[in-house]
Amino acid sequence: MQKMKLVMVGNGMAGMRTIEELLKIAPGLYDITVFGAELHPNYNRILLSPVLAGEQTTQDIVLNSMDWYAENGIHLHLGKKIGRIDRKRRVVEAEDGTCAEYDRLLLATGSNPFMLPVPGADLPGVISFRDISDVEAMINASSQYRRAVVIGGGLLGLEAANGLKQRGMDVSVVHIGSWLMERQLDEPAARLLQKNLETKGLKFLLQKQTAELVKGESGRVCAVNFKDGDSVPADLVVMAVGIRPNTALAESAGIHCDRGIVVNDTLQTYDPRIYAVGECVSHRGVAYGLVAPLFEQAKVAANHLAEYGIGRYEGSVTSTKLKVTGIDLFSAGDFVGGEGTESLVFSDPSSGDYKKVVIKDNKLVGACLYGDTINGAWYFDLLREGTDISQFRKTLLFGQHHLGDSGHGPAEHVAALPDKAEICGCNGVCKGDIVKAIVDKKLFTLDEVRAHTKASSSCGSCTGLVEAVLAHTVGGDYSAAPSKKPLCKCTEHSHDEVIAAIKDQPLKTMRAVFDFLEWKTPDGCASCRPALNYYLLARWPGEYQDDAQSRFINERAHGNIQKDGTFSVVPRMWGGLTNPRELRAIADVAEKFKVPEVKVTGGQRIDLFGVKKEDLPAMWQDLSAAGFVSGHAYGKALRTVKTCVGAKWCRFGTQDSTGLGVKLEQLTWGSWMPHKFKLAVSGCPRNCAEATIKDFGVVCVDSGYELHVGGNGGIKVRVTDLLCKVETEAQVMEYCGAFTQLYREEAHYLERTAPWVERVGLNYIKGRIVDDAAGRAALFERFKYGQQFAQVDPWKERAEGVDAAEFQTIRITA
Amino acid sequence: MSDWIAIAKFDDLPRMGARVVQFDTVRVAVFRTSSDEVFAVKDACPHRGGPLSQGIVHGTLVTCPLHNWRIDLATGEAVQPDRGCAHTYQTRVEAGQVYLRLAAGKSAAATESCASHA
Ligand code: SRM
Ligand SMILES: Cc1cc2nc3c(=O)[nH]c(=O)nc-3n(C[C@H](O)[C@H](O)[C@H](O)COP(=O)(O)OP(=O)(O)OC[C@H]3O[C@@H](n4cnc5c(N)ncnc54)[C@H](O)[C@@H]3O)c2cc1C
Ligand code: SF4
Ligand code: FES
Repeated sequence: MQKMKLVMVGNGMAGMRTIEELLKIAPGLYDITVFGAELHPNYNRILLSPVLAGEQTTQDIVLNSMDWYAENGIHLHLGKKIGRIDRKRRVVEAEDGTCAEYDRLLLATGSNPFMLPVPGADLPGVISFRDISDVEAMINASSQYRRAVVIGGGLLGLEAANGLKQRGMDVSVVHIGSWLMERQLDEPAARLLQKNLETKGLKFLLQKQTAELVKGESGRVCAVNFKDGDSVPADLVVMAVGIRPNTALAESAGIHCDRGIVVNDTLQTYDPRIYAVGECVSHRGVAYGLVAPLFEQAKVAANHLAEYGIGRYEGSVTSTKLKVTGIDLFSAGDFVGGEGTESLVFSDPSSGDYKKVVIKDNKLVGACLYGDTINGAWYFDLLREGTDISQFRKTLLFGQHHLGDSGHGPAEHVAALPDKAEICGCNGVCKGDIVKAIVDKKLFTLDEVRAHTKASSSCGSCTGLVEAVLAHTVGGDYSAAPSKKPLCKCTEHSHDEVIAAIKDQPLKTMRAVFDFLEWKTPDGCASCRPALNYYLLARWPGEYQDDAQSRFINERAHGNIQKDGTFSVVPRMWGGLTNPRELRAIADVAEKFKVPEVKVTGGQRIDLFGVKKEDLPAMWQDLSAAGFVSGHAYGKALRTVKTCVGAKWCRFGTQDSTGLGVKLEQLTWGSWMPHKFKLAVSGCPRNCAEATIKDFGVVCVDSGYELHVGGNGGIKVRVTDLLCKVETEAQVMEYCGAFTQLYREEAHYLERTAPWVERVGLNYIKGRIVDDAAGRAALFERFKYGQQFAQVDPWKERAEGVDAAEFQTIRITA
Repeated sequence: MSDWIAIAKFDDLPRMGARVVQFDTVRVAVFRTSSDEVFAVKDACPHRGGPLSQGIVHGTLVTCPLHNWRIDLATGEAVQPDRGCAHTYQTRVEAGQVYLRLAAGKSAAATESCASHA
């Protein structure tokens, strides 16, 4: 069968990203032809600024080499500008007469720099800042002339000015506004920026309106005149006053444009065979000029071109950074504020730090940072997720406290870190490794950095630092994650969408989920299968058939796999209580199976290490006979319930904390969770059971019980939030069950209660558990219903022969 | 023909799972995919020797349980950007019986792809 023909016009960043995404998911579907007006293969336009500043070369910034096009069978026409689209015959024609037929056409013509319509704008020596040829012209001019004037004090203008200064020119920046970058910065931040740039030797002419460019004797520009009568000499004038979507081609073909080629959420133009992405596009009335949103568009367009037909582009929130070495600024959202908003401001002119966050209805709506920008990514997340910040409003300005791990203080700048500083402790990845991978492999996103270096791919606590390294290395705001995070690479759908579909459709098997949500892979992957298995199990207790092959080995074998392939066995010890008979049974088992190591765990029970997989069922049989059940130390499940001695013995004890712990463990054991789940009960506020770093913690007091939620003692320590106080043990049980069930139903797989509580906000949880008595009772009922099916000891079952093959090796002797 | 060894009934291989065959000190993971293809790979991940048999199988890949490398069951090769190659062995299914060929050590395809990473 003949392949369909795809033609792409505009060999730039958005268009080529679309082609790359398409090749990833549907290689071989199309015969692809690319036309580019420039003479270069696709390069990273963003990095023109460092090229101009002499920090990189044009060779460094190539994204797709000529070989790459050849290897992927793409017909590439460089230096050929398409002048005409014949939509009836489905042919495009370049100005030199080259033609190509298409079944699908992708327009990615970018934008044109806007040139002020003043006399002299067409003189030699007057240029824009958009492509390699502009940069070459500027570098040329810098070696022959001295005085440069940049018109426009925005992002591009300042980067141009900085570059020309680095090249040794005498540079003045002309700006019409009363402060620099007024669309990205508020006045105080802009003043700090201006001061900093002035110390680098740039001059600024603010509130100046250009009237004309004056022609010198040689015929080249020689000065800029302003409306107020002033004038500055100039041998080179760079106009950086804005961009206009490049719609000429589309318009000439009668495709609807309105300040951009108008596209719908699937990036289709009014002609359904023609797609458009990038700066040339107007989506829901917005034309974007930064790559992060364009790459999101590319992903969706590729999906539709690949005929998967899922994924929608719903617009983006963008943030800004300036790529001038030594200057860190960040802004996003509504950083000015106004009616109904409140601003928190931190300003330290001596150190040059300025931070402002704008809050509306307890949500972050904007941020503007100058100097210390390490928390930019975190603010941006809060902003996009619409997180309720009322709980940590006081410390909001000081940033995400635990950015990085315990070793890295929030004030520490990644920039200042040496190359051998370890960023990812799990995988032993240093800053230098990350920077090298980003530069060598031309990485754009956090996911790519994860795939290539493994940094932040394990526990994730270093994500903030990796993002900071990424942002610092590439300068732009590449690292900005898409507004909607897909569950994994097999789907476009987010966790919430999957959870909702399973409930509402309803979907009761994994196959049904794959089919209904149009999974891209035949049977998912090691990320989504365990998640789906959990979601189905949690939503349809007693109905869904658990799928062992979709579980991580620990949960399939009911023990923790060790680095040598053996397993560990941790029997449950209710509330940390034990007795001589139990201890004797454990000792017998340890001797009988020659267990190499026995250890008391941090969870108040005993761990038997180094057990061969084949021995597990027999060992469980003995333990089961002695009355033990599985401790689920291996599962995304209820783990331990730690207790202290409490009122029975302790001179300070106020309630029977040990007894209550045992009851809680009997209520909750066996339940599967989005992540591990731990409880503790302390007998008084001395809190010997460390209840305030548990997922659900109880602190007994004279008048009752304080209930605490969302604590975590692991990678990132988080102290619990106080949910409420209750008076009876029965209430503790009900609140505990209801909270657990809410978490089970609504959290994302692999999201512990601490990040979940932070994401949805404590007020939401209070609303569902404390304020809504009927809702709480219903949650508790659903929890108890599910427990009927969950409280079957997996060890006993296996000791009796379930899944026998899982534990047997086939031995062959010669 | 003598170097083909009957190891198990096809029905005893878990779909999207594996069984381990131990021959002397060599451990071989025999996988069955969702489309009922059978593959045999040395039960040692090219990364740090993790037991591939214990991983999650998806398509013709297995994800190693220790650090999530993905290994192609047909060639033994790690999926990019990870690099490395596990030995593969030939398998055959006849009349509901699975046979494994240990003698050759590894298949020609695997030798080639492994060599390219040496
Ligand atoms: C055995 C034990 C250490 C010990 O010898 O004391 C242990 C051992 C492991 N912990 Fe732990 N943790 C143990 C108590 C803890 C505690 C202390 C506690 O529960 O009071 C914590 C901090 C409290 C908390 O969870 O908030 C703890 C926080 C972690 C974390 C970080 C979790 C987090 O959300 O930040 C991990 C990594 C993970 O789960 O992704 C982890 C992961 C692990 C794993 C499962 C690593 C792995 O994937 O192989 C270790 C398994 C060893 C094994 O084969 O048994 N372990 N781990 C403890 C078992 C307790 C038990 O009886 O079940
Ligand atoms: C100096 C500079 C610095 C920047 N810094 C940042 C930054 O830090 N962060 C950030 O996110 N963004 C930054 N940007 C913006 C970013 O580069 C653009 O948003 C992005 O390149 C737009 O991609 P695109 O594919 O839509 O357009 P382009 O990359 O411009 O590609 C369009 C291509 O189409 C070609 N073309 C146009 N018409 C035709 C035709 N008829 N036939 C054939 N070819 C045609 C053009 O020649 C061009 O090569 C910067 C831009 C510049 C210029
Ligand atoms: S037991 Fe816990 S702290 Fe110790 S090495 Fe393992 S994961 Fe790390
Ligand atoms: S041993 Fe397999 S991924 Fe590390």
